[in-house]
Amino acid sequence: MIGLLTGTVLLLMGIAIWQINKIYQLIQNNLSGKKDDSQIANEKDNDIQGKLMFAFLVFIYVVTIYCFWAYSKVLLPEAASEHGVPYDRLLWISFAIILFAQTITQALLHYFAFKYRGINNRKAFFFTHDNNLELIWTVIPAIVFFILIIYGMLTWSNIMNFNDQDEDAIVIELYAQQWNWKARYAGQDNVLGDANVRFLNDFDGRNTVGIDSSDPNGWDDIVVTQEFHIPVNRKIIFKMRSQDVLHSAYMPHFRAQMNCVPGMITEFSFTPTKTTADMRMNSDVVAKVDRINKIRYDKSQELIAKGEESLDPYQFDYLLLCAKICGSSHYNMQMKIVVESEKDYNKWISSQEAFSSIMQ
Amino acid sequence: MKGKKENSPRIRVKMESTEFGDLLSEDKNAGDFHQDHHHKDTFITKYIFSQDHKMIAKQYLITGVLFMGFIGIALSLLFRLQLAWPEESFAVFDIFLGKWAPEGVMDPNIYLALVTIHGTIMVFFVLTAGLSGTFSNLLIPLQIGARDMASGFLNMVSFWLFFLSSAIMIASLFVEAGPAAAGWTVYPPLSALPQAQPGSGMGMTLWLISMAIFVASSLLGSLNYIVTVINLRTKGMSLFRLPLTIWAFFVTAIIGVISFPVLLSAALLLIMDRSFGTSFFLSDIFVQGEVLHYQGGSPVLFEHLFWFLGHPEVYIVLLPALGITSEIIATNSRKPIFGYRAMVASILAIAFLSTVVWGHHMFISGMNPFLGSVFTFTTLLIAIPSAVKAFNYITTLWKGNLQFNPGMLFSIGLVSTFITGGLTGIILGDSTLDINIHDTYFVVAHFHLVMGISALYGLFAGVYHWFPKLFGRMMNKNQGYIHFWVTAISAYGVFFPMHFVGMAGLPRRYYTNTAFPYFDDLADINVIITLFALLAGAAQLVFLYNFIHSMFFGKKAEQNPWRSTTLEWTAPVEHMHGNWPGEIPHVYRWAYDYSKPGQDDDFVPQTIPIGKDEEITEH
Repeated sequence: MIGLLTGTVLLLMGIAIWQINKIYQLIQNNLSGKKDDSQIANEKDNDIQGKLMFAFLVFIYVVTIYCFWAYSKVLLPEAASEHGVPYDRLLWISFAIILFAQTITQALLHYFAFKYRGINNRKAFFFTHDNNLELIWTVIPAIVFFILIIYGMLTWSNIMNFNDQDEDAIVIELYAQQWNWKARYAGQDNVLGDANVRFLNDFDGRNTVGIDSSDPNGWDDIVVTQEFHIPVNRKIIFKMRSQDVLHSAYMPHFRAQMNCVPGMITEFSFTPTKTTADMRMNSDVVAKVDRINKIRYDKSQELIAKGEESLDPYQFDYLLLCAKICGSSHYNMQMKIVVESEKDYNKWISSQEAFSSIMQ
Repeated sequence: MKGKKENSPRIRVKMESTEFGDLLSEDKNAGDFHQDHHHKDTFITKYIFSQDHKMIAKQYLITGVLFMGFIGIALSLLFRLQLAWPEESFAVFDIFLGKWAPEGVMDPNIYLALVTIHGTIMVFFVLTAGLSGTFSNLLIPLQIGARDMASGFLNMVSFWLFFLSSAIMIASLFVEAGPAAAGWTVYPPLSALPQAQPGSGMGMTLWLISMAIFVASSLLGSLNYIVTVINLRTKGMSLFRLPLTIWAFFVTAIIGVISFPVLLSAALLLIMDRSFGTSFFLSDIFVQGEVLHYQGGSPVLFEHLFWFLGHPEVYIVLLPALGITSEIIATNSRKPIFGYRAMVASILAIAFLSTVVWGHHMFISGMNPFLGSVFTFTTLLIAIPSAVKAFNYITTLWKGNLQFNPGMLFSIGLVSTFITGGLTGIILGDSTLDINIHDTYFVVAHFHLVMGISALYGLFAGVYHWFPKLFGRMMNKNQGYIHFWVTAISAYGVFFPMHFVGMAGLPRRYYTNTAFPYFDDLADINVIITLFALLAGAAQLVFLYNFIHSMFFGKKAEQNPWRSTTLEWTAPVEHMHGNWPGEIPHVYRWAYDYSKPGQDDDFVPQTIPIGKDEEITEH
């Protein structure tokens, strides 16, 4: 059905293009009185194309405005982590600068193209260079970029240079494999036991992240799948590992991402500031969830009509995704993140099974 | 005979002292050209194993741009269909993908393969070999006033290695387990382990062999371009009288020579890991229930090696397009390019900086965060010469007398997409901001606009502008206009919304996003993007038709249709060995004397001596 539709659209487009070509030819032949087949732009062409250049400027503005108006709602909601706030601020400052530069330069480019469209017998202005002008547009971007660089570097070093000996922080390992995630908590001692892929086949394969059973630090470690919980307003230190290929632990709502590299341990840290329950009340999230549920409802009606199962209604949750190409199910490598109060977190973690119970 | 005396001995002595001196045709660099001196061409030496730079340019154009380009774009349309209507059954999938699309539904592995091969073909085969191969070969000898390339033989070898590499890449599409599917960056371990992905078997082997041959081809070509520009300029063609096209091709070739060998080393080490049990890039791997023996290697090392080429590669693609644009904008504005020396300086600055920014692809690869700061710094520096170039183009248009030939439209289009795409680089080049948009569709939108679309526009501009030089005929301008406007609208239609998809948090290279209900509201945007992509694809058919039709039935071109100042337009329309009958023209001025005050015509070719009272305007 869609194939047929697409085919029809393409066919119609082909006819439209052919017709436009005809119209162009007619305009050129009729208005100039005689047939011009030199295939070199003449005054008429310059006029039409120059005006189209101006129209294109309008097109660019309309597309920009439309995209911001129609698609702002799909963007990520406000950051749910401490460093996410300065991250978002830097992002929108950069965007403001970009949009300003974009608006001005596209206007100049297309307006000049329109304004100076060729006329026979007019001579262009011979203007080879102007050192002052060139100095201005070297120095101004240089200053702007310099400020952005300094701002960006400061934010970067605040995010990346965290104290990884912090006693108060919770250490969690994110463990990647084709195609799922596991999280390992460091347990009572808050120290992760040594681990290596060579231990994966221990205990009949139940040692799912390869903890070294000879290291006592690992005995109280807790491995969870499907979802992991973190307490709000506590610093979390993530240690990433992968057992097979590159993966990337991407937690967009927290403005957090780090690659998982086989053979080494990578790190990232953030402090969540909004619980899952808080985020579900956020007005942007509420609107987004409503929209998604409407889409899912409509789709479900179609499915039911075809005698298939309907889709479950959607409820917001924080996500851990894989952002580095990792094979056929790269698109479906997900884990739910639950941010909750310290009390709920403690209750949840105490109900999980430690590695020592597998060892017995 | 006089010309021969003053021009050739110096050059010939230099040439004969090289290893390949004996391969050079006797009279190639002679100032005077004797038609009767050289051997008769057979069909094979003229059309197949040709050593003539103009024929080699055409071979690159047809193999690299028309053939590989057609395949590269077609692959993208296939996976765009899947993205807009995920897991829908399509007859085209059934026809073209066969067993990889059971009942017309695309398989996730082949989706990744399509993405991978699309990227590889477009970046390397179309925009590196197709673009540089066509225009460096055509224009370097013609614009500097040389009979041919320094070594016609190496030039021929370069093309045929490219052809072989293309053939192997295309052959890899037909292997049992499917072509390479680890992304065009082929990061190990995914690309190294057939257990991790079916495409990493024979398909990946062929990919690596093809790329190794491609690098050899590219190096031979680049060395030839460099030697030719340095040694074979005609009398009076000082470096600062070179058209900006030549500066761009020359510097591009230098970046290629510096960085392509590093890709070769990465490919060779990867071949060793795959086939000979070494552990350059692999360590601590457990796959399909088995611990592998690899120990001590690092995938991050591969990323460094890959991007040491990968980033300069962006400029290898872009600089020739910018050079072509400079030339076409000046000619069609009937004005000198604004700030010639600043343009040369920014080409050089971009070239230098391009080799020290590769780490911005690796901010979150696990490398030391301090390095992230360094690469942020160098990356944002590169924005400065880029900004200078954009402003200089705009100023060149100011108070011009613009002739809107199709080449001019594409050149202005290039400046537009170069700005739009370049600006978002400020976000991606910032290590902080990269954290949350790394490997999302924001990146895809950014690089397609700034290097993909921009370089393609440069390529199209060049084809429309130099078609008369390549084939002695004109392309149809109305079809050119349609081609431009439909392409320009759809390019923004595809890539503008895509930024928002990325900022919504959707990672790239997802076969479908239906696995995450969170992304359900992106489905409509994906449909719009795909519709524009189909429209863009259809517009390229107009170009293809125009190209092939004009090649045989186009209007015969006059010698200098665009009233241009550069040397190639002083050569006769009919191609001949050695480019000019009789003496090679001498050069007396820079390439941009358009609308010079005090001159009757609005252009003064480089071959006209400076008049008695004329002011010398090159600066």
